[in-house]
Amino acid sequence: MPKFQISRRRFLTAASLGISGAALSGCDAFDFLQDRDNGVRNALEGANGLTYRAQRLIAGRASLAQEFSEADIRQPQRPNGVTAPDDDVYKGLLSNQFADWRLDVVGLVERPLSLSREQLMAMPSRTQITRHDCVEGWSCIAKWTGVPMALVLDQAVVKPEARYVVFHCLDTIERSLSGEVKYYGSIDLVDARHPQTILAYGMNGKALPVENGAPLRVRVERQLGYKMPKYVHRIELVDGLNSMGLGKGGYWEDRGYDWYGGI
Amino acid sequence: MESQSRIVQQSDGHPVPTSNRPESELVYRQTRWTRLTHWVWALSLFFLLLSGLQIFNAHPALYIGKQSGFQFDNDVLVIGSDYSSNGPIGYTELLGKRFNTTGILGLSGPIDNLDARAFPAWATIPSGQDLATGRVVHFFFAWALSATLLAWLVASALSGHLRRDLVPRADDIRRLPRDIADHARLKFHHSRDYNTLQKLAYGGVLFVLLPLMILTGLAMSPSMNAAIPFLADMLGGRQTARTIHFVAMALLVGFFIVHMLMILAAGPINELRSIITGWYRTDPSERGNSDKGSA
Repeated sequence: MPKFQISRRRFLTAASLGISGAALSGCDAFDFLQDRDNGVRNALEGANGLTYRAQRLIAGRASLAQEFSEADIRQPQRPNGVTAPDDDVYKGLLSNQFADWRLDVVGLVERPLSLSREQLMAMPSRTQITRHDCVEGWSCIAKWTGVPMALVLDQAVVKPEARYVVFHCLDTIERSLSGEVKYYGSIDLVDARHPQTILAYGMNGKALPVENGAPLRVRVERQLGYKMPKYVHRIELVDGLNSMGLGKGGYWEDRGYDWYGGI
Repeated sequence: MESQSRIVQQSDGHPVPTSNRPESELVYRQTRWTRLTHWVWALSLFFLLLSGLQIFNAHPALYIGKQSGFQFDNDVLVIGSDYSSNGPIGYTELLGKRFNTTGILGLSGPIDNLDARAFPAWATIPSGQDLATGRVVHFFFAWALSATLLAWLVASALSGHLRRDLVPRADDIRRLPRDIADHARLKFHHSRDYNTLQKLAYGGVLFVLLPLMILTGLAMSPSMNAAIPFLADMLGGRQTARTIHFVAMALLVGFFIVHMLMILAAGPINELRSIITGWYRTDPSERGNSDKGSA
C-alpha cells in the first residue's frame, strides 16, 4: 500500500515549519546592493545597458508616444518633485511674470542664444495630449504646448561633436551640508530632435503653472517623468556627461536611476 | 529502500518494461535543462517579487484605465497609513472596502519605531525605501527570467517536452475529478509523469502567468508604448496593465505556497532529489503498470 501517504498532523506540522522558516528570512540580507560601489550591484546594473539597447532597437528613432483625446484629460497634471522653488532668483523672476527670464542655449553651438518667453512663443509650436508616466508608477494625461526642441537646436546650430543636451534648472532640489543641488538632467540628440520633444510653456490650454515647471519645462514623451526637468533656464550642448554633478547625467541618475528612463 | 530498487533510465519518456513485482523504482524524471531553468526561475522570481514590492511601495495604489485617478475614482487597491483614536494605523483599501492591516500593510516595523510603508521591510529588497536599487534588481532578474523562459519554450517545443510532459491530454482531463479528490485527501501517486493538476498548475505558470508578467511589464514602459502602443491598449491601459502585473504576482505567490505544501505533503526528500539530481522514486507499481501511477 502507498507508504508515501502521511498523516494530516505531520503534514500540517511540516507545512507550518516551512512557512515560518520562509517568513524569518528577512531581506536586509541584500541591503549591500544599495552601496553604489558594490561589485554585485554594478554587475546587476550591467543589465541597464541591455535594456537601453533593446529599447533603442525596438522603439527606433522616430516612433511616436501615444497621443490621447481631450476627453482623456480628466484632472490637473499631478505635480511632483519641487512644486514651489524658494530660490531667490526664481522668486524674483516669478514676481515679474518671468519678463526677465531667458532661456540660454550654450555649449557646443555655433550661435549661443538667449531667448525670452515671447521669442519662444513666437516660434512654431506643437500641442500634444500625452500620458506622463512617473517612475513611482502613476500616470496622468495632460495637454502640452511648446516649441519643438529641434527648432531651437537648429537656430543655435549644434556643433558636430555635441552628443547630449543638458538642462539646467532654477530649482534647488536638495540642501545638504555639502551645499545646494539644483535639478539637472540630460538627453541625447536622438531624443532632443524627436518630433514630440518640446520645450513646453503651456499646459491644458493655459500658461504652464508654477507647480508643473513654469516658465518652461521639457517634454520627452518616450521616457519617464524624471527625464523631463522643470524650471529650465539653460540648455547646454556637451560631448560628455562626466563633468556635471556626480557624472551620471542627471540629479536622479546620480542617485541611482538609469540614465535612459524608457522603462 | 535502496536495496529493493532498480534504476530505470526513462528520460525519453517511453515506459520501460519491468517485472510484475511491486518495487519502487528510481527513474530519471527531470533533465538537466528542466532542473537548471527551474532554479534560475526560482531565484529570479524571488528577487523579482521582493524588488517588485519595493517598486510598488513608491506608489502603493492600483488603478483601472490609462491613468491614475487623483481627482476621480478609479483605484482598486490602496495601501496607506492614517491616524485613528487609538494612534496610527495601517490600512488596506480593496475595491473601496477598508481593512485594518496595522503591523503588515501600511504601517509596520518595531513597535517603538513604526514605519509608514505599504509592504513591510522584511518583504522588500532593499529593506529600506530605495526605488532606484529596487529597479536595478528588478530589471536584471526580469532579463534573467525572460531569456531563460524564451530559451526553454523554444527548446522544449523542439524536443517534445511540452507535448509529452506538460500539455494535458484527453485522459488527463478524464482523470481530473479523481485527481482533485486524491489531492484533497493528500493522497499522492508518485510516477514519472505529472498528474493532471500538476500539468495545469505548471502550464498555467509557464504559458500564462509568466508571459503575462512580461507583457504587462513591457506595457508599463513609455518607450515600449511608443514602439508597440497596441500592447497597453489591449491590456486596458497602462494603469490596468500595472494592476494585472500585481494580480499575476499574487497568483504566482499563491502557486509558490501550494507548490511548497505539495512538496511537503508528497515527500520533500524525494521531490527535492528529483529537481536537484533528476532522479525520482516512483511508487511500487500495482498490477504491473509502471508507466502511470495508479492506485
